[in-house]
Order: sequence, then C-alpha cells, then structure tokens
Amino acid sequence: MSIARAEVAHLARLSRLALTDEELDHFAVQLDQIISAVARVQEVAAEGIPPTSHAVPLANVFRDDVVIPPLGADKVLDQAPAVEDQRFRVPRILAED
Amino acid sequence: MDDETRPGEAMPAPDRAGRDRASELTRMTAAELAAAIAGGQVSALEVTDAHLGRIDAADGQLHAFLHVAADSARAAARAVDERRAAGDVLGPLAGVPLALKDVFTTTDMPTTCASRILGRWRPPYDATVTRRLRQAGVVLLGKTNMDEFAMGSSTENSAFGPSRNPWDLARVPGGSSGGSSAAVAGFEAPLGIGTDTGGSIRQPAAVCGIVGVKPTYGGSSRYGVIAFASSLDTPGPLARTVLDAALLHEAISGHDPCDSTSVDAPVPPVVAAARQADVSGLRIGVVPELSGEGYQPGVLARFNEAVELLESLGAKIVEVSCPHFSYALPAYYLIAPSECSSNLARFDGMRYGLRAGDDGTHSAEEVMSLTRAAGFGPEVKRRIMLGTYALSSGYYDAYYGKAQQVRTLITRDFEAAFEQVDVLISPTTPTTAFPIGERADDPMAMYLADLCTIPSNLAGNAALSLPCGLAPEDGLPVGLQIMAPVLADDRVYRVAAAVEAALTQRRGGPLLDAIRGPAGLPAPVLPTTARASGHGGSSA
Repeated sequence: MSIARAEVAHLARLSRLALTDEELDHFAVQLDQIISAVARVQEVAAEGIPPTSHAVPLANVFRDDVVIPPLGADKVLDQAPAVEDQRFRVPRILAED
Repeated sequence: MDDETRPGEAMPAPDRAGRDRASELTRMTAAELAAAIAGGQVSALEVTDAHLGRIDAADGQLHAFLHVAADSARAAARAVDERRAAGDVLGPLAGVPLALKDVFTTTDMPTTCASRILGRWRPPYDATVTRRLRQAGVVLLGKTNMDEFAMGSSTENSAFGPSRNPWDLARVPGGSSGGSSAAVAGFEAPLGIGTDTGGSIRQPAAVCGIVGVKPTYGGSSRYGVIAFASSLDTPGPLARTVLDAALLHEAISGHDPCDSTSVDAPVPPVVAAARQADVSGLRIGVVPELSGEGYQPGVLARFNEAVELLESLGAKIVEVSCPHFSYALPAYYLIAPSECSSNLARFDGMRYGLRAGDDGTHSAEEVMSLTRAAGFGPEVKRRIMLGTYALSSGYYDAYYGKAQQVRTLITRDFEAAFEQVDVLISPTTPTTAFPIGERADDPMAMYLADLCTIPSNLAGNAALSLPCGLAPEDGLPVGLQIMAPVLADDRVYRVAAAVEAALTQRRGGPLLDAIRGPAGLPAPVLPTTARASGHGGSSA
C-alpha cells in the first residue's frame, strides 16, 4: 500500500491546506509510512463483525427544550477577525467572472 | 525556556516540611490542603500564593503553563476564605489550586489548544468541567501546555514550545496533557485536569511519576472541550495521590445535558474505593499482548514486581489474552484522524481565531486554505490529511470501516476478559520518558507511546496509571495501568490505592522525593531490605 505525492496534493486541497512544495515532499513520505502501518487492520478476520462508531451505545438523546438567554451579537462578534455592520466580514465568495 | 539544559538535570521537589511554610504547602496533597483550609490552619489565599510562587520559581524551566492567571486565582481563593468566614460548609476541594489543560474553554482566560489558529481566543462560555471546578471552589491557577489540539505524546507539537519533565529537563513530560502533568509532578499545583483520547492523561502521568485517570467515556462532560476525536475524548484528573485523583474525578463527573454522549448514571463511588485500598480476593488479569518485545527492560521489571506485590496483598493473578489488542494502534490511527479531519473543519478563519491572506486578492476559500496552512502545525496537518484519506470513497471500507470492526473486536476482548477477572493490568507505556527531539519528526515512533493505553479509549472503559517505581537503567518513573469495565471506575481506584499504600510504605515516602537536582540522575530510594530481596513483595 503506498500513496503518491500527487494524491497527497489532492488530499491537501480537499483538506483546505495550502501546503508548500517542501511540505508536500515531506508529508508524502510520512503519510506513506503511516498508511502502510495502519493498513494492518486489513489482516484482521472481521467477516460479519458489525462496526463500532461509538463506545457507548446511545440513541435519540433528548433534553428539555429550556429557553436560555443567547450570547448577544456583541459577544458573538467580539472574537471575529473582521466585522462590518454587526456581521462577520468575509472575503469574496463568488468568482469575478 | 530556551535556556541550555544538561541531560539529567532535574527540577527537585520543594524542601521538606519545616524549612519554609510555602514549600510545605506546595508539598501537601489536595486532601490535606482542603482539610487545613476548612479547619482554618491556613487560608486559601496563602495556599494559592505558595503555588504561584513555585510557578514563578520553576516554570521558566518546566514551561508547564501557557497562561498564569494570578489575579483571578487570588480572587477565587479570597472568595473561599470569605465563604469559610461566613460559616459556609466548604466542599472537599475548596481552596485547592489546579492546573487546567488549555483545551477547556474559560471565559476569563485565553483558550489556545496550543495552536496558532486560535491565537488568543477568549471563549464566550465555560466548559462544564471548568464550571464544576469553579463551583467546587477549586482555584484555577492557569492554562497548561499540550500537544496542539491534543494530538501527540510529548507536548513537542505545541505551537508555543515543549514542556519539560521535572525528573529530567531534557526529556518530554509525555502528552498530550504534558503541561498539566509537569505542573503536578513539579509541585506547581497539587491537581491537574487533562483529556485522554488515546492515552493523553495516562501516558504523561506515567512518565512524570504521578496518578492519571481516564474515566469511563461519557462519565465526564465534553461540553467546552475543543473536539479532537469526539467518540474518544474523555476529561479526567491528574494528581500526586490516588485519593486526590478520586476527589477530583468526583468533582468533575456526572450527567450533563449539554453533552449528548454524557452518561446518565450515578458517578461510581471512586472516593470510597480510594479509601478502601483493599485487593484481597480480587481477580486481576495480566494481558500478555501488552508486554514483551519492544518494552524497556526496566519497565517490565517494575511491572512484574507490581504483579507480585498485588499477589502478596491477596489478589488472584491470572493471565488473560486479548488477541485483538495488537490491532488497537493501527485502528486508532485511522479512527482518531478521521474524526479529527471532520472536527477541525470548523477552523476556517471566518468567525474567530487567525485569518491569513485576507488582502483583497484572495477568495474566501483561498483564505481558508492559507489560514489553515499558517495556523496548524505539522502533526495536525498530517492527521487531517490521513483522516481525509481514510474517509475517501474507495478507501473507506478498507480503512475506516475496517478500523471500526476492529473496535468491535477489541470491545469484545474486554467483555470476555471481564467475565474472568475484575480488572486488567499492564505497563502504561512501553518506555520511560524519552529525550526531547528524539521522536519529534518520526510520527510512527511517537505513536508507539500510546500502545498500551489505546484499547481502553476504543472500548470506552475506565483506566488509571499509577507510578510503580523507577526503571533501574535510567532512574525514570514507570507507570502501572489498571483497567476496569465501563462504569466500574471505582475498581481502578481500589486497586491503585492498595498498590500505592504498599509502595509508599516500602519506599518510606512519596516517589517524587526521588527527583534529585540539579545534576545527576535521580536514584531509586528503596530501603535496603527491599532492594536486597529484589522485589520486597512481602514487606507490605
């Protein structure tokens, strides 16, 4: 099992990580080692074994619908990198064309 | 913090009682401090000041804290003193100082997760653990260092530099809760709080020579714990004694409606179990899969002594095989990164924390990628990409799906084992504390530090690490891991307290007294009789 550098570049794009060429070179080698090691799970005979996604089996956990005071706009926006007119200010979302 | 440190240089414990009152206060246990405060022998403020003084003196070298909150700590201590003066009945930990891992949200302190992506974020709310500690009158001294987003076993993945092990300042204190562990082992605080996703409480506790507990998953609330792997993350206590850990365990535990995975069941009677300290008639299983090749000889030697000691205390020892445990590490390093890749998608530079590249020429999506590249360290990037890979269509069944099946098999191994025995034991870590830098750019070597701790995270059961002596070859602490079934947390305390009492009697004092400074390796301080007999199993 091995992973190519081009595949690591694709993973970085999917992960929204703008990596440098040096980082890609470095991570490609390391991810290849890690993936080879974790691939050992495929040795286990697990035919018909149900998957566990969570240690404690829980279903439909409800709590009372209690109204609590909201934080308020000032507190919510207090830590924002950029604010305009009581809103989060973000870079352009749509392309220019 | 970046001063030259010679190998073997240590941070010795404060002077023994009698020489100076502040030193005496920092050496006391949480239970002793709470009793002295409640009894009026000392004020909470004086206790807090003594620990702030120790932080001033020691933390330049230990770097356990990312943020020290001296003013709010003193205010919290004064509030306890005022309540006492007013005749209020104080709780069992009122006025006791604590070091809080920087993964818990706090309204009055920054919360960074040791990451540049959060900068000096100030959360708008307290974590449930934070809130319960405040309600108990516990004094929060500050926020402690950790591996970034709790990913690591050494604190070297902190964006703000590593913490150091009080036993040897050139070695790691373990991780990811290494800051809280170094603070407790270095007498900066009698209590610490960590989180354990793959061993991040037990492993640092083991290599720092203190007690650390991963409660049953869901026993302590994750509300306000910045998420790494939500199906595994578990807050828990760090302390210098088993009883102190139990008192802290009880203070933070219990159902929380704000965490939908919180267990709605009574808190196991951990404090009573720590006081019971009796293993007679208990069936204890040794797991052969967590031993042998790759384990340091001194770790195995101390572990085998602990097994003999337990037998001499009246426990029945049997070997119990858990055949799938050898697949726990690869399964964990698929499951945890998969969950992390999803959880850390929230750090997009739009609503809080760092934003990079917002110069008018980049789109929102480009700003996200630039922010995440600038804000995350190498280990976090590795795990996000690994998780993205494991969850990709085409690979999902072979990796994440298979790892989830292994998780089922490991849980079944535990269930079968606990039909035969009351608790399982193993070493906590394969080796003692390793030198800073040794594994920093070798992820697979670093991951091995969690070999013995991961099974209990995958199955969700309770597990504790207790110091069981020093490895002869390097004079560094060795941890004994005790594992109990889901919601039987009291059993790990019962066994640990019995071992602790026997070892303390044999040693003639606390293990941390063996930290020798400023130069030279600490030496084991077993009485000559115990040393001559090899294990001294009958001395208790």
